Order: sequence, then C-alpha cells, then structure tokens
Amino acid sequence: MTKVHVTTTVNGDTVEFLADPRETLLDCLRDHMGLTGSKEGCGTGDCGACSVELDGTLVCSCLVLGVEAEGKTVSTIEGMANGSELHPLQRKFIEHAALQCGFCTPGILVAARKLLEVNPDPTEEETRYWLAGNLCRCTGYDKIIRAVLDAAAEMRQEVA
Amino acid sequence: MAKDGFETLKLVGTRPNRPDGLDKVTGRARYGADFSLPGMLWGAVVRSPHAHARIVKIDATKAEALDGVKAVITRADFPTGLTGEDWNLQENTMAGEKALYDGHAVAAVAATSKLLAEQAARLIEVTYEVLPHVIDVDAAMAEGAPVIRAGAADATVPEGLHPNVVRYMEFGRGDVDAGFAEADLVMERTYKTEATHQGYIEPHACVSKMGADGKGEMWVCTQGHWYIRKMSAAVLGIEASQLRVTPTEIGGGFGGKTTIFMEPLSLALSKKAGGRPVKIVMSRSEVLRATGPTASASMDVKIGMTKDGKITAARAEFRMQGGAFPGAPVDMALYCCFAGYKLANVHHVGYDVLANRPKCAAYRAPGSPNGAFAVESLVDEMCRKLGLDPVEVRLKNGVTTGDRASYGPKFGSIGLTEVLEAVKAHPQLQAPLGENQGRGFAVGYWFNHNGETSVSMAIGEDGTAQVSVGTPDIGGSRASIALMVAETLGIPYEDVGVNVVETGALGVNEPTHGSRATFASGKAAVEATQAAIKEMCRRAAAEWDIDDEAVEWVNGAAQPAGPNAGKFPPMSIKEIAGKMGQTGGPISGHHESVPDGVGASFGAHVVDLEVDPETGRVTILRYLVVQDAGRAIHPSYVEGQYQGGAAQGIGWALNEEYVYDDKGRLSNTVFLDYRVPVASDLPMIDTVIVEVPNPGHPFGVRGVGETGITPPLPAIANAIHDAVGVRMTHLPINPPKLLAALKAR
Ligand code: FES
Ligand code: FES
Repeated sequence: MTKVHVTTTVNGDTVEFLADPRETLLDCLRDHMGLTGSKEGCGTGDCGACSVELDGTLVCSCLVLGVEAEGKTVSTIEGMANGSELHPLQRKFIEHAALQCGFCTPGILVAARKLLEVNPDPTEEETRYWLAGNLCRCTGYDKIIRAVLDAAAEMRQEVA
Repeated sequence: MAKDGFETLKLVGTRPNRPDGLDKVTGRARYGADFSLPGMLWGAVVRSPHAHARIVKIDATKAEALDGVKAVITRADFPTGLTGEDWNLQENTMAGEKALYDGHAVAAVAATSKLLAEQAARLIEVTYEVLPHVIDVDAAMAEGAPVIRAGAADATVPEGLHPNVVRYMEFGRGDVDAGFAEADLVMERTYKTEATHQGYIEPHACVSKMGADGKGEMWVCTQGHWYIRKMSAAVLGIEASQLRVTPTEIGGGFGGKTTIFMEPLSLALSKKAGGRPVKIVMSRSEVLRATGPTASASMDVKIGMTKDGKITAARAEFRMQGGAFPGAPVDMALYCCFAGYKLANVHHVGYDVLANRPKCAAYRAPGSPNGAFAVESLVDEMCRKLGLDPVEVRLKNGVTTGDRASYGPKFGSIGLTEVLEAVKAHPQLQAPLGENQGRGFAVGYWFNHNGETSVSMAIGEDGTAQVSVGTPDIGGSRASIALMVAETLGIPYEDVGVNVVETGALGVNEPTHGSRATFASGKAAVEATQAAIKEMCRRAAAEWDIDDEAVEWVNGAAQPAGPNAGKFPPMSIKEIAGKMGQTGGPISGHHESVPDGVGASFGAHVVDLEVDPETGRVTILRYLVVQDAGRAIHPSYVEGQYQGGAAQGIGWALNEEYVYDDKGRLSNTVFLDYRVPVASDLPMIDTVIVEVPNPGHPFGVRGVGETGITPPLPAIANAIHDAVGVRMTHLPINPPKLLAALKAR
C-alpha cells in the first residue's frame, strides 16, 4: 500500500515519517520513530500498555492509526521526565516497588499522569477505576495504587 | 518476626530502589519486541483453525509470489527422527501430519515488513481434513473418545485405559481403608478446575539470525535463555553450542516463558532467507491460542476426620489434561495437595491425559493450585460439618520440621506452624461480616527449586562489584542479588551492579523458575563473592607478609585476624582493588553448582468477600496473604510476589478460563474476553512476611514466587460458602454459575 507522509509533534519534537495507512500509531512510534517505550500487550484496546496522549487526550495508541497523528501532538512515556528529573509518578513507582516486570509501567504512568491532571486528589477507588483499563499481571495493583496516591499527595504539596 | 542470628545485617531486609528502575519507568528498558537489527525481516505464523485435523496440503505459491516475501517454512524444513520430549517440542513448534489444536502452527513466512508477512501468511493455503476432537479431560479418557496420538502412552499406563492416557501414577503409604474406618466423618467430592493462562502482558517476541555456517544468534524475552538454546537446537537438529541467546528484559512469564514456541521458527526462517535477521512478535490471540496455558483438572478427594479434627486418611485421584502432549503437572498437583498435613495413611492416583488443546506450560506452582482447590475445599467443608475451627484443624494436622511429607521425603526446616499462628493473630479475623459476606481460609504449598546455576562476579578498580547472573530479572531479583553481594562484601548497595548475561558468558543456568532466582543465583553470588573476598585477603596478606589465614574480611576491608596476626590498619576494598593490577591482576569470583538446601514455603490466605445475590457477582472486600519467606532480602518485592500471586489466584477462582466452542476453537482470544483482574476488581492486598530462615541459604532465603497463587482458589470457594451457603466445586465461580447455584439452593 502506498505510504503516507505524516508530520506530527512527539514529546515536543517535530517528526516526520512514512506510514502505511494500515499501521497503528503504536506501530509508527515503535517501528518508525524508535520510541519503544509504549508497549503492545494486546493490540485491541484492552490492556493500556500502549497508552499515550494525543492532543491531550489519553488514548490507546494501538487503536489510533499512525496517519491520524498528522498535525497533532503526541506525548509518550519517553517525554514524561523533565530531562534527567523524573516525574513524581516515576519516582514514586520506583520507591514503592510498583513495578515487577515493568512492562505495564509506561502505560500506567502515562494514564496516571492524566488522572492527576484532571483529579489531583483522587480517592483509592477513583484511582482504581481510572486505571481499570491498564492491566498489570504482576503486582496485584496494590503498590501501583499506593504509588499513584503518594505521588498525588506530593504533587499537591508542591502546588500548595 | 526474625528469630535468628541475622541481627547484624545492614542491607539485607532493607528496601532500596531497584537498579533497573530508572530504565523501566522511562521506557528505555528493552523488552522482547523492542529489539531490532539492520536488514531485519518480520515473520508471521500460519495457524490451524481446527482443533484436530489432518494436514492434506500446504500451498505457498501465492505467498511466495508476493514481492518482499523472503522465506516460507513448513515442517518439511525441520529434521526428522526426533524422539521423546524433543519430538514433542518440534511437533508443538510446527505441526507435522496433523494439527492438534486450534492455533497450532502449520507454516511460517518471513517478509520485509510486518504487514507484508501477515498478508503472505493469509495467502498460504492449507487443505485440512477435519477430525473429531476432544477438549474436556474426563471426555478425553472416556471410551470412544477420539485418539489424539496412538502410542503416546509411556510404560506407566496400565492396560485397558484409553490411548489418550499417556502417564499414570499411584503412590502413598499406610492403609487408607483402615484410616477411613477410624474416622468419625468420611467425605468424598469431585472438583474441577478449568485451564487458565499466565497472562503476562508482554507477548512472546524474538529476533534471530542464522547464517549458512549454521551459527545462530537470538534476542528473546524468556525466563531462561539456556533452555531456549537447548530446545531450539534440538528442534532444529543443531548443536546447542552453535546458538548464542541473549535475554531481553521480560514482561512477565510466570512459568509460561520457560519453553519455546516461535523461537525456532525465526531461526529456520532466517536461515532460509540467507541469514537476514527475522523478528517474530506474537499477537495476544496467538499468545492465548498457541502458547502454554495451564492444565485443566478433574479431581476426586476423599478424607476421613475424627470428631476432634484429626485426619485419619486421605485419598486423591486427579485427572489432568495438558494439551495434545504429555506433561500435565498431575504429579506436582498430587505432591502438593496434602503437603500441609501429617498423614499416616494417604494414597494418590494420577492420570496425564491428552486433549486437543495447546501444550501446557508451567504456571506459578504448576498443579498446586488445582490440588489445593480440591483438598482445601473438602477440609473446610468437613471442619464446618464437625463445628471445628479451620485454622486449628490445620494446626492440629500440620507438618513441622522433620515430618515426612505426604509425597515421601522428610521436610527440612519449614514454617507452616508459624504461618498459621500469624494468621490467628491477624486483626482481619476479627473484622465484622455483614449479610451475604463471608470469610474463607486455605493453605498452600510449593517445594521451591534449585537447578543448575552459574554466577560470576568481578571487582572493579574502584572497589565496586559487577555480578553476572543467568537468571532473567522478572520482579526485582537484580535488587535482591545486589543486596546480598553488597552485604557480603561490606560495601554500599549502589556499588554492586547485577547484569543478566547471555549464554556465551556463563555456564548453564536453568531459567528463573521454581521460585529459584533469589535462592539459587543469590546463593551462588554469595559463594562467588566469598571467593573474591578470599583473594582480596590473600593480596592483603602478601603485602603485610603474613599468612593468608591470618587475614579476615570485616566491613569491606581486609584486616589482621586478631592481635597475633600482626598490627596493620585495615586495607579497604577500594585500596586493594585500586592496585590489583600490580598485585596479581584482576580479582573475581565465580560459582557453579546445583545449590543444595532448598527450603519449601507454606502460605495461608484469608479472604473476606461479598456475594451479590441478584447477580452472583463476588466482590473481594479484604485479602490477607501470610507466607514463610525464609528471609525477605528486599521485602517490597517479596510482598509484590505475594500480592501478585494472590491476584492471579483470585482471577483463576472467579473468572478466568479457556472457553471452547463446539468445534474446539478457543472462544476467548483477547483480553476483553479472557478477562484478568483489573485494578477496580481488587482491594489492597495485605501481607505478613513470616521469616523462618532456611538453613540451606546463607541469608535464609526460601523462594517466594509460587506458593501465593495456591490458596486463593479454595479460600474464595470457602468464603463463598461462608457467605451464602453454597459449595462451589467447579472453577471459575463466575456470576452465571454462582447465580444458578444460588437459585438451586
Ligand atoms: S496494546 Fe493497546 S490497549 Fe493493549
Ligand atoms: S509489572 Fe508486570 S505487568 Fe505490571
């Protein structure tokens, strides 16, 4: 199939790539841009490992076509830290041992960042429901939820 | 709750950040599918849509005609004449005369892009002659069931059984009939568990290349790259030494990534494509259809108990199917099911049965959860009948150090009593329960494992240490090994690096399986470190011109051992390392063995839940895991293992199962339908780490990964009975099933 030229912004950088119109945004990020931080756990929108923000909306990048990124802004796990300074969520995930294999971690971090943006003071239940689309098979979620709530508390303090 | 001589430890038992944490929270860690090579092709696999079918013809003409298709392989590209498990692996990797299950690989193709490879796979035309199939284990051994493979049974199988029964076992001790005669209550029940999948979020992925010289290289997400090397070589008929396998980071395995699936296909495709690297990444539906789920089980248990709760005899007869090949873990299920009980009279019978399903692989304590569901459900039911406390009955019959296990050997140091006492002391047992709420309790067991292990470590010029291990880090083992090495050397945790290295860099290592990484690689790393310490003491002795034996290692430095040895200030590791080039060259240590001293681990879980009588839905309210870790090197990752095991067990108990349609096709091949627990399904999972140190490990480690998946199955069934009075004997206890049982009440 003839490839389509796509220009988009990823983590603040302008990037161009050629996409087969059948390729997902996830494929394009991983295979054309070398951004392999977003993971494919299912390819059907069920696991959240591929979570990214597209123009500020949290999406499963396996359900978005690469060509749909034209002219839009994509933010992925690779852009979450500010240079060498980790986002509080990233720091808290390490401190709380909220990852075992770490495969779900990029998607969960991206999704959790969005949660704290729309709801800086979530309850445990709200956090569990927000992250219900992000599967983790290793942790039983306990430490993930604790890490998110702890990061939220720290971020509220910083704002205050 | 330590009660040992480990009070002086500075690092073991603390919770530092894991060394690979930064890479894993920034997306930089490279997992199986993240690896690529220049000139790489993509592979795709053609899979049988039939549960059981003769392969009449494979026509790849249309696929081969596509521009960009570089290789097509079928079974004809594999060597013949393999036997035993090598043949099983080869047959499972690529079907021969027959497709044996829905999803069985029948051909594979490599092309210049993923989309092209998938398109080419669709163009490969396979003509099948569909054969009758069988899915259920009891149906598979019944008279008239379709024969999956004649002559597959081994010598253990008595005459007269269906040819699908491929292994038979019977063992025990005492006189069970006499034991049942002594009992006040004898009960017998049949239980069933369905097949589940490990459900690791990372699908299998590998990149391989194999040149005309027959030498191959592979990068793969696996729990054990030496296993991948050995098995791939066997299937392809090459020497294992011709293959070099490098493990990537691994996105979960739970036993499912200890064997081969598409790895040999990528090698064979690469060879046929002139040595260009070939990448194969499974889709989720391929993972569910064609990797290694668990066995399913049909189990009869009979137990005799006196009025005061003493078990007088026990009998288990388990039938398990592990797919179209021998290997259902019926032996493990039988060994584990009564392991917590001191039994004079016990008898076990097991059948390993073929069915038209994928070849099962290990899944966290393989077999143990099935057996525990049956036995712990029945013990609970009998306790209720006799008005006895289920924890007290376990204490009364529970095994302690030195007891003979139900399956034969004598237990070394074990901590079941301590686990049960910790359960009794936990406040959850006092939490009030409302209407339709119930509490369930059950015990679980896993042997733990040693396995071939090879570790090396080297002292850097700056006095730090680099450790090379062969057990992939799935859940924090780099951190725990670094803690043990740093503790032994007396240097900061941050000064120890732990690297998981490829097959060319160490002697053979078994996979990270059997809960062995922190036990076996940890023990070997400590031994290797001791060897390096000995050498550092020798260097100091040479400089001081005293006997080697007159030097001891204390707090990261060599020092004279006592006043008679001489008067020298301690010589630090940094000092020794800084001049090692002048004092005899690099300092390193290594250790190779099958480490002895494995310590078994018992655990007990308590679950509080609520049943919605309108829908049959179960909500977990509170969950407690108590387990003997021996010693928790990094307690956070021990807790993580407990919590993760519990969550998987909860999924198995309530919801997860392989669902087949009447044609024998798997119906739930995506995560939407094969639904694993999500964050909103679970509460926080409370843990108590009991520490009864294992004397067979320098820091007391037992291994903690597996036991935790075992108790949830029966604990949940027991809690449901407590809540609504129905006894569920067939997992999963999903809403429709429970609702039907409530209606029939
Ligand atoms: S890979 Fe996109 S949701 Fe699973
Ligand atoms: S840490 Fe392994 S899937 Fe979440």
